[in-house]
Amino acid sequence: MTALLSVKDLSKRYGAHIGCADVSFDLYPGEVMGIVGESGSGKSTLLNCLAGHLAPDAGQVVFDTRTDGPKDTVTMSEPERRMLGRTDSAFVHQHARDGLRMGISAGGNVGERLMAVGERHYGDIRGKATDWLERVEIDSARVDDRPTTFSGGMQQRLQIARNLVTGPRLVFMDEPTGGLDVSVQARLLDLLRGLVRDMGLSAIIVTHDLAVVRLLADRLMVMKSGRVVEAGLTDQVLDDPQHAYSQLLVSSVLQV
Amino acid sequence: MICLENVSKTFTLHNQGSAIIDVISDVSFSVSGGECVALTGASGAGKSTLMRMIYGNYLTQSGAIRIGDVDLVQAEPRDVIALRREVLGYVSQFLRVVPRVPTLEVVADPLRAVGVSAEDASDRAQVLLRQLNIPERLWSLSPTTFSGGEQQRVNIARGFAHAYPAMLLDEPTASLDAVNREIVLSLIEEAKARGAAIIGIFHDEAARARVCDREIDVSRFASGVAA
Repeated sequence: MTALLSVKDLSKRYGAHIGCADVSFDLYPGEVMGIVGESGSGKSTLLNCLAGHLAPDAGQVVFDTRTDGPKDTVTMSEPERRMLGRTDSAFVHQHARDGLRMGISAGGNVGERLMAVGERHYGDIRGKATDWLERVEIDSARVDDRPTTFSGGMQQRLQIARNLVTGPRLVFMDEPTGGLDVSVQARLLDLLRGLVRDMGLSAIIVTHDLAVVRLLADRLMVMKSGRVVEAGLTDQVLDDPQHAYSQLLVSSVLQV
Repeated sequence: MICLENVSKTFTLHNQGSAIIDVISDVSFSVSGGECVALTGASGAGKSTLMRMIYGNYLTQSGAIRIGDVDLVQAEPRDVIALRREVLGYVSQFLRVVPRVPTLEVVADPLRAVGVSAEDASDRAQVLLRQLNIPERLWSLSPTTFSGGEQQRVNIARGFAHAYPAMLLDEPTASLDAVNREIVLSLIEEAKARGAAIIGIFHDEAARARVCDREIDVSRFASGVAA
């Protein structure tokens, strides 16, 4: 089986400061990988390099594209990279406002993504948009409302609908449940779990919530100071952490 | 089916003065299909540790743990994921689920993961839940709010939904009443009859005597004096 995403020696520096360094891994179709670490450990830098939002200084990010097979997204042209970000991959931001257009309707937010990949039939676009709003449990009667009138949890679900409507194979998520209250977070986890299973989606999820990782991710990478200090099966890393920092991280979680 | 060769385990606690705890060393045994083996030994002897090593959530330092044709010690994460999905089942003492997911789905989930249709998976889940005396009115609710015994039974239903060729059972009859204990034991006997290799920890001696063909005393693998 070909890896969906094959990352080799990826590094990004901010001047003298290390963003992330020498990160390598392979992600296969249907796998969910979690990235954990304290703030400033390079999680988001890594995620942005993988998604093509930041240019790494060194390394390769080979994406198995639907149309052309494996291609390095680092050396791709900008239009090609942007197209890939609409068709094969998607990015769910921590703050829904960063991933949504707040001035257009909920239906428009979902439909815009479809138009970007070439859909032109208004009826089809509206039909798909409504279908996706229902899948993320937003009342279809709200299709013409702007996201500014939505709660934080609804905005986050709308952002997920907007990202998944084009049927990506890989979703990058930056703290998708951060800032949501726990009942909303549980709904979102349930939604993501179902999407991963039913659509065979792969995902890379950056979070600092180990409970979220345990429920969603098959694999886990622990980062510290820009480097991956431990990687493996999620329950192995959480139940039997090997590196001093992973042990500290796991033992610092408060029991509910 | 399950074969351990010279397996050893050490914990290094970096944040507690780098204490090194040798738990077990040089463990070798094998379990064939249709056989149920009990791990015995006093509390702290390493029964659960060994069980978790066989499931792969504890890392094994040396040796080989072969399940079917996969060596867990060397396997890549995705091979272990596939192994757990298709071959190796684990009934732990604690139920860990995504909140809000209905009990019926929790139980059907392992079947859905191996490609069984939603309908067939749900049918099988219903049979198991009925067998384990979980009232039908609870099926659409999340098990997170259930009593300890009910959660344990949901966990068992989930563990037995897919016919895994190899199974690990961590105290499957703990916190169950006589009727349900009997049902769980018959599920284990059924699994043995279809050829599953089973390793279990049973504190319930009568249960152990009934379903287990052999006992392995884990304390004989204890690593001398802890460093």
